[in-house]
Amino acid sequence: MTASSFDHQQASHCESGVMSAIARHHGMPLSEPMAFGLSSALAFAFLPFIKLSGMPLVSYRMPPGAIIRGLQKPLRFSMVSEKFRSPEAGAAKLDKLLADGHVVGLQVSVFWLPFMPPDFRFHFNAHNLLAYGRDESSGDYLLSDPVLEAPVRCAPADLARARFARGLLAPKGLLYYPKSAPQEPDWERAIPAAIKKTARVMLHAPLPFIGTKGIIRVARAFERLPTADPQAAKLYVGHLVRMQEEIGTGGGGFRFMYAAFLEEAAVRIRHPALAELAEQLVGIGDFWREFALAAARMIRDRDPLDTRRLAALLHTQAAREKTFFAALQKALRRS
Amino acid sequence: MNAADVPQENSATYGGHLKAVYARTRNGQLALVQTCGWEAEETVTRQAVQMFDALAAAAQERARAGQSAPLEAHMYRARMDIALLAQATGLWRWQVRRHFRPAVFARLSEGLRERYAQALGIHPGQLGAID
Repeated sequence: MTASSFDHQQASHCESGVMSAIARHHGMPLSEPMAFGLSSALAFAFLPFIKLSGMPLVSYRMPPGAIIRGLQKPLRFSMVSEKFRSPEAGAAKLDKLLADGHVVGLQVSVFWLPFMPPDFRFHFNAHNLLAYGRDESSGDYLLSDPVLEAPVRCAPADLARARFARGLLAPKGLLYYPKSAPQEPDWERAIPAAIKKTARVMLHAPLPFIGTKGIIRVARAFERLPTADPQAAKLYVGHLVRMQEEIGTGGGGFRFMYAAFLEEAAVRIRHPALAELAEQLVGIGDFWREFALAAARMIRDRDPLDTRRLAALLHTQAAREKTFFAALQKALRRS
Repeated sequence: MNAADVPQENSATYGGHLKAVYARTRNGQLALVQTCGWEAEETVTRQAVQMFDALAAAAQERARAGQSAPLEAHMYRARMDIALLAQATGLWRWQVRRHFRPAVFARLSEGLRERYAQALGIHPGQLGAID
């Protein structure tokens, strides 16, 4: 298959969208939720000691790269990934791969992508997109950014800057492509194994800031927010909501996307209990959205700022997720 | 979330783009549904943008009053903080902080100016401009 026949499809998250597109391009249809679920990408992490613009790192999924690496085993193929010291070397390799007809995944900083809406352009270094060709006359790269509706073009200087941005999670020009074509997984084995891993991370991670325990930690951090400085408290609360809803989480901090995965998995391995659990997870996703709405109303002063009320919502949510993932584990044990 | 409940609230922050979220469609399956915006999300995006805008405006005032080099305002305009600018230029944080002092900034070498301009994505000539 050649890169010129590349078919862009919008996804809700960059990394799962890129991997779903790579698999599809190599003749292995793989939905975005399936890419997300099979690589056990759902999680929760609250790492207050890592700061982004002075705000603690909060994530509703596994660290960047987890989907790219995690799909190799279930899809029985291997990815080649390479980082570069200089932008020149990075560009030369990308051009060579494109000339050979490869579709290449790239890690980039959102801030330096001129085609992104200005209000989305923050220094987030772990965005992913695909390069599938170059325009011969202008030299522009032809890119498929999964979170956008249509393919885009990008001038070489801009792409180089985005690929070699510095800072936390610096991409260092990372590019990746499959060495061999992905194969149809052994669904009966791969799906339960992936779900069990996610349940384990959510319930039994040995670190207290991962999984449902991490949600409780955020709740406690909310309880400790200074009442004397409402502006700082609002920024903190707003930051959490941004991480949950902004650019590519599929809504509700990936919970809706994982529910879509469970629904697809239920049919795939003929396990109807997973579809019922998917419905429960939709409810959990809805609750995250209600939390976001409650927080946003406080930020805009439509409701009085009450971080304890938000903390209480988070405690409820932690308990709900704990019950949910325990049920998920149990459902797989019985089969 | 049902597809009919996916907010379509025309967020200006989307810049005319559509995003996709998963929701229950009419045929009962979870699938991607496009959205043109959600007020709650717009609120927090705006909040983050405005935080940098306010920091840049305050830094610009300080630059006008001669209390800080324009470099500080340029940094916030590029949505960076001292930690990130230090990483992007390969300098220490204390060096960046020191370069904010107008007297120190005035003596900055060509090479350092070039590095700051590169990291901020602006022309070296703009670096000293207050605008």
